[in-house]
Amino acid sequence: MGNNTELLAASGAETAAQIAAGEVSAAEVLDFWLARAAGDGLNGYLWQADRDSALSGVADSGGPLAGAPIAIKDIFCTEGVPTTAASKILSGYVPPYTATAVGHLRAAGMPMLGKTNMDEFAMGSSNENSAFGACLNPWDTGRVPGGSSGGSAAVVAGGLAPWSLGTDTGGSIRQPAGFCGIVGLKPTYGAISRFGMIAFASSLDQCGPLTRDVTDAALLLAALQGRDEMDSTSVGIEGGIEAPSAERLDGLTFGVPRDLMREGIEAGVLARFEDTLIRIAELGGEIVDIELPHAEHAISAYYVLAPAEASTNLSRYDGVRYGLRASDEDLLSMYEVTREEGFGPEVKRRIMLGTYALSSGYYDAYYGGAQRVRTRIVEDFQDAFGQVDFVVTPTSPTVAFELGEKTADPWSMYLSDIFTVPISLAGVPAISIPAGLAEPEGGGPELPVGFQIAAPAFAEQKLLEAAHALEGAIGFDGSAALEGGLA
Amino acid sequence: MIEREQVLHVARLSRLRLSEEEIDTLTGELSSVLDHVDKLAEVDIEGVEPTSHVVPLENVLRDDEPRPSLDRDVALSQAPDAHDGAFRVPSPQAEA
Repeated sequence: MGNNTELLAASGAETAAQIAAGEVSAAEVLDFWLARAAGDGLNGYLWQADRDSALSGVADSGGPLAGAPIAIKDIFCTEGVPTTAASKILSGYVPPYTATAVGHLRAAGMPMLGKTNMDEFAMGSSNENSAFGACLNPWDTGRVPGGSSGGSAAVVAGGLAPWSLGTDTGGSIRQPAGFCGIVGLKPTYGAISRFGMIAFASSLDQCGPLTRDVTDAALLLAALQGRDEMDSTSVGIEGGIEAPSAERLDGLTFGVPRDLMREGIEAGVLARFEDTLIRIAELGGEIVDIELPHAEHAISAYYVLAPAEASTNLSRYDGVRYGLRASDEDLLSMYEVTREEGFGPEVKRRIMLGTYALSSGYYDAYYGGAQRVRTRIVEDFQDAFGQVDFVVTPTSPTVAFELGEKTADPWSMYLSDIFTVPISLAGVPAISIPAGLAEPEGGGPELPVGFQIAAPAFAEQKLLEAAHALEGAIGFDGSAALEGGLA
Repeated sequence: MIEREQVLHVARLSRLRLSEEEIDTLTGELSSVLDHVDKLAEVDIEGVEPTSHVVPLENVLRDDEPRPSLDRDVALSQAPDAHDGAFRVPSPQAEA
């Protein structure tokens, strides 16, 4: 039987391998992680499983993931288990069906530890927009874990789950993974089914893994990807995904969009980024300067397109079929009072922004204009990938910021996603891997820095190989945070 | 820039009964966000097609065959108010 220190230190794949080799039983592993999750001191979980609910619907697969439990962002519908998207408007909601992505994990034999905290409806970059309280960063509990998949990142980094599932619309997997010193992968739009994933911005939303290492990310992607007849935009990844093995980067070119990195980046973040470029060169990769001429407009385009899509998607929360109903006066009052009481400030802000951008007289200027700028950004990436194999940036311009630091100024919060949003608009895959630690600008203990690598659409295998080689050269050790998750 | 009257109009379209305080806050915040967004006008988009979606797919259809869907009781199980196999809502007419 493995001891607790070994279980805590093991990656998801290592955990499954220990079970398969008979070194530890699946029941011991599950009990260990349920006890860890029960000690949550980060407000990382909104709902926690017990032994029976964790195993509900889980197949006896015997596959490479079997028995390794996983935490699921509370944006995925799970039959019989409360699903809130961290919104008061869905408090008490128990879905009658399960998201395809979660179904794939159960078929692979993975128990569910619980549902993780997030920004309400995935709108936010700090997890402070949760209706159920902020989630804390295990490296420094005075700081945010990032968002919107803040809970999914914090529980993995803080030793409350071996790995987790999140979603990314403009950076919501990559940014929190970077802030918490773990790996986060946003696959190509269309790689994984969105069925049963509560919709925010449907042309951008994509789910993906948050893990201790790149191999874990690959194994989860292999299980998650595929065409699903319940999501007509899902196509899957041709040829599937295998565990990466590359240790060198010979012959590969990495493009750096220097123009996008001129201002607003912390010195420590830039230093770790430059260190990582040196590691790439040492592994045989070539660094090339590239231009993404329209990427500087990505945040502006995103804050038209995503709110516009959100305002239509969130019109379904009307107090009729599920969730909160806050008034029984007359029908119109019921809609208006329910939505006023059920949604938090950021969600209202985005519904208002999106409705404005789609309203008569403004549609062409705002929505139509932003869609055309999106085309320019898509073309920028097509041009870039004509010259280089990958595009690399820091994942975020700063390390994890303090709780409350950016809540008063929405635009400053939105700028946290300046390097992740262009990639989301282009729909291509990107991974954030830990590049080391750096001191925050205002001083204080060192915090993780994420390094982002983007690849052409559906080139996930190539992306994972490169990330695997680089991860080995960086040799990041995130174990300092593993005890940071307990109360 | 966005005026208070426009905020009220958009709130009605959005079916949000905002408080006075929220109307004031949102007037400022939306104006500030729109000031940034207005920089999109600097981009040359003459003759550029809009992107609504990045995956080159069209007309994804399945065979039109009837199959079971959610059971009525299950579909109604989460309703704030269900009656006689249907969702019940308050009257569209405000009571006099």
